[in-house]
Amino acid sequence: MNHEAFGLLANLFAFLDWHEFFFLLFAGVACVAAVMVVLSDNVVRMALHLVLSLGATSGLFFLAGAEFVGAMQLMIYVGGTLVLLVFGVMLTAQTQLVALRTPAGDRVIAGILAAALLAVLVQAAFSIESWQKSGQGVATAPTATPLGMALVGVRVDQVAEENLVRPKSGYLLPFEIVSVHLLVVLIGAAYLARAKRRRVPRSVDLVASADSTKPRSSVAASSTLVAGGPK
Amino acid sequence: MTFVLCGVVSVSHYLVVGAVLFTCGVVCMALKRNALGVLMGIELVLNGANVNFVAFGSEYLAGDSRSVLGLDGEVMALFVILLAAAEAAVALAITLNFYNNHATVDVDRADDLHG
Repeated sequence: MNHEAFGLLANLFAFLDWHEFFFLLFAGVACVAAVMVVLSDNVVRMALHLVLSLGATSGLFFLAGAEFVGAMQLMIYVGGTLVLLVFGVMLTAQTQLVALRTPAGDRVIAGILAAALLAVLVQAAFSIESWQKSGQGVATAPTATPLGMALVGVRVDQVAEENLVRPKSGYLLPFEIVSVHLLVVLIGAAYLARAKRRRVPRSVDLVASADSTKPRSSVAASSTLVAGGPK
Repeated sequence: MTFVLCGVVSVSHYLVVGAVLFTCGVVCMALKRNALGVLMGIELVLNGANVNFVAFGSEYLAGDSRSVLGLDGEVMALFVILLAAAEAAVALAITLNFYNNHATVDVDRADDLHG
């Protein structure tokens, strides 16, 4: 009895196509989590579902044979960008801002438009004959080394095809541009998000608040004293 | 059922996943009132584009090897990931600045330049 069940289970495991199984798993998690990002109003839940969606997408990258891109997706997106977003959520988490609701009418219109857009895109995805042919499932070589060499300008993957009229160029210039771009962006972000000094009230505010409230007027008087002091 | 169980996964299946992610991102960008929600929508859109790049670049998925982008697709996906990280950093800085000045992250309240 037990052996029969085990045999049945083994047959089932042999019958299953594991590539397809994991594709359906990761694709389902990615799509459902993306829909949940749209549907949930709470910004903390949205961040959680976004983590799920991006992590499942990295699984899809691994399944497509792009293991370096999948690892970068996990490290940069899930490990870096989303931590940044969660910090933003924490820094702006006031009770009335955590759940900002969208009007129901807008939701209905957006749902109709999204269904139309999705229908067009899915129709386009199945419109080309050669895209629907399933792959041979041949194991491919690791792509990390060719990727790194392509980023410094050498196309290792093109060497095998010597009969190419003009070999494809590497990515040294875009790599440099992106690196300088990242530096500029980080400096700019640090400049934008720096802690600022308290703003000195403008003269209009000083006149308006001179005799309205006691503490404001004392602050205004002291600031005018400081402003006019050295001269 | 034939759609689900057609044997080995093809490029079209990846394109469908990318389309779902893209659509969710567009709706998220248009619908959310929280500025951070809009940022998450942008991340979803870029991620959907990335799925398409990787699918077209994969030799494992392609039926005939002539229409494969090869390594170019993966390099493009890497660049998209890097630019998404840069975009998130700047956009988050702008959002925090807006929060410091207005004490809210509601994008409907960002109407200082409204005529």
